[in-house]
Amino acid sequence: MFELKNQAAIVGIGETKYCRKPGSGLSQLGIQLQAAKAAVADAGLSLKDIDGIMPFPNLGSAEELAANLGVENLRFATTVQTGGAAPVASLRIAAMAVCTGAANAVLIPAGWNAYSGSRARETVSQDVSSLPGGKIARDYYLPYGLTAPPQWYSLMARRHMHEYGTKAGQLGAIALAMRKHAQLNPNAVMHGKAMTLDDYLGSPMITDPYRMFDCCLETDGAAAVVVTTSERAADLANRPVSIVSVASGQPYPADEITNRKDIFETGLTIAAPEAFAAAGVTPKDIDFAEIYDCFTFEVLQQLEETGFCGRGEGGPFVEGGRIELGGELPVNTHGGLLSEAHVLGMNHIVEAVKQLRGAAGERQVADAELGVVTGWGDFGDGSIAILGRS
Amino acid sequence: MSSYSKPLPTLEGFTADFYAWCKKGELRFQRCSSCSAWRHVPREMCPECGSDEWSWEKSAGKGRVFTWTVAERPLHPAFADSAPYAPVVVEMEEGVRVLSEMIDCPPSELKIDMPVEVSFEAVTEEVTLPKFRRVPSS
Repeated sequence: MFELKNQAAIVGIGETKYCRKPGSGLSQLGIQLQAAKAAVADAGLSLKDIDGIMPFPNLGSAEELAANLGVENLRFATTVQTGGAAPVASLRIAAMAVCTGAANAVLIPAGWNAYSGSRARETVSQDVSSLPGGKIARDYYLPYGLTAPPQWYSLMARRHMHEYGTKAGQLGAIALAMRKHAQLNPNAVMHGKAMTLDDYLGSPMITDPYRMFDCCLETDGAAAVVVTTSERAADLANRPVSIVSVASGQPYPADEITNRKDIFETGLTIAAPEAFAAAGVTPKDIDFAEIYDCFTFEVLQQLEETGFCGRGEGGPFVEGGRIELGGELPVNTHGGLLSEAHVLGMNHIVEAVKQLRGAAGERQVADAELGVVTGWGDFGDGSIAILGRS
Repeated sequence: MSSYSKPLPTLEGFTADFYAWCKKGELRFQRCSSCSAWRHVPREMCPECGSDEWSWEKSAGKGRVFTWTVAERPLHPAFADSAPYAPVVVEMEEGVRVLSEMIDCPPSELKIDMPVEVSFEAVTEEVTLPKFRRVPSS
C-alpha cells in the first residue's frame, strides 16, 4: 500500500482579521481571497504556482477562486462534502494529490461572514436541501422543531450526562479553557473578555443542556493553507509542518442522528485509530490538540473517541486544567470556535502549524513536536490529522 | 387548521406512506421480510441483510424516552412562539428510535426511560404527526 506518512507538508498559512461588529466589509469570496493570498505569500510561493484548489462545501467554487487569484493552470479541484470535517479531510486529499502528481501545490481556503452575513442558524429556513440528512431532516425532524446543530448534538450530550454522569460544570471547564487561551491571542474575538464559571453557568440556556457559552461564535473571517510535497517543502520560505497522517470517517448511519446503535460513535471513532496506526504513535505522544469545538460537549466526545481518554471519562478528563496551556493536553490553544472565531476549523489547522513552527508566541506549547487537529461536520462526520514538526 | 405554520413533511415516496398510516391512526415502520429487522427512517433496502423485500408493519406504539433537548431559544422562525419545547427521541419496543414530542408532559418533567405511547395529532387536513404521551408505570 502507498504510504502517505510524512510525504506532504503544510507550507503556508493565512488568516484574515476575525471579527463581529460591524463585519468584515468583504464578500464571502473576497474574505477567502485575502486569506488565500496570505497563505501563498507565507509559503514563499507565487499565485501562479498554485494548481490545485479545494473549496469548503457550499462556500465558493474553485473556478471563481482561481479566476480571481490568477491561477491559470488549475489541474486539481475538488471539495470534500463533510461540512466542518472538510478542512482536515482536505489535507489528506491534497496530500494524495501532490504525492501522485495530480497537483504541485494545493490551496485549501475556508471563510465566511457568519456574523454580518446570513447566520448559520438561519440556513435551515432558507434552504432545507443544505441540511445534513436532507429530506430525512425535513420530513422527520423539522416538524418537531429540531432545526439546528445545537439541538441535534445536545441530544447526545444529554444522553452522555445520563449514562456517564457528565456535568454542566465539566462542559463549562471546556468553555473556560478556550476562553483562557483566547486571552493570549490578539486575533481572538474574545480577547480581552475573560470568563468565570459563574458567567458560564449564568449564560442563557439555548437548548438545554447547551447554554450560550457552550455554543461556538458567529464571526466573520477566513483562513487558508497550502499543501505540497515534503520534498518541495524543504526549499520554501518557512519551516514546513509535516502531515504525518490523516484519516476521515462517518458515523453510521451518517444521514440520521437518532437511530445509531451507539449514539456516541462518530466518524472520528473510525478515523482516529487509523490515523494513529498510520503515524505509528499513540495519543500519549501528542503534545497538543486542536479539537473542532462547535459546542463544548463535542470537544468532550471527540477527546473520548480520539482515545485521549476512555468512553465516559471525558468529564473528569477536562477538569483541573488538564486541557489548558501548561496542562497534560492543551486543547484549542488559539481559543477555538468557542472563543477565537468560527472559521470552519481551518483556524485549528493554522494554529497547529503555528505551534509546530514554534511561532505561537505567548501561547506556545513548549517543545511541541506532534499535534492533533480534528474536524466535525454534519451529523458527526469526522476527520483527524496528526501533524509534526519537521 | 389552515393557520398551521410549522414545517411539514413533504408527502412523497416512503414518507407519504409513513404519514398516510399515521393519518389512519397507525404507527407503522418498515420491517424486513427476510431477516425481520425493523427500520426507521424509511430506506430502500434492509441495511442489516441487504434484502429488498419488506412491508409496513404495525408498531405496538410503546416505547421509552431515550433523550431530548429543550429548545429555550427557538432557532427557526416557525417555532418563535413555541419555546420552551422539547424534541424527544423515543426508543420503541421494536428497537427503532423516533424523533417526536410529548403532548402531555412539560419539558421539566421529562425523564430518561419514561414509558410513553404514541398519540396522533392531525395538524392539517393532509398531515397527521405521531406524538407521544405518558404511560403510567404499573
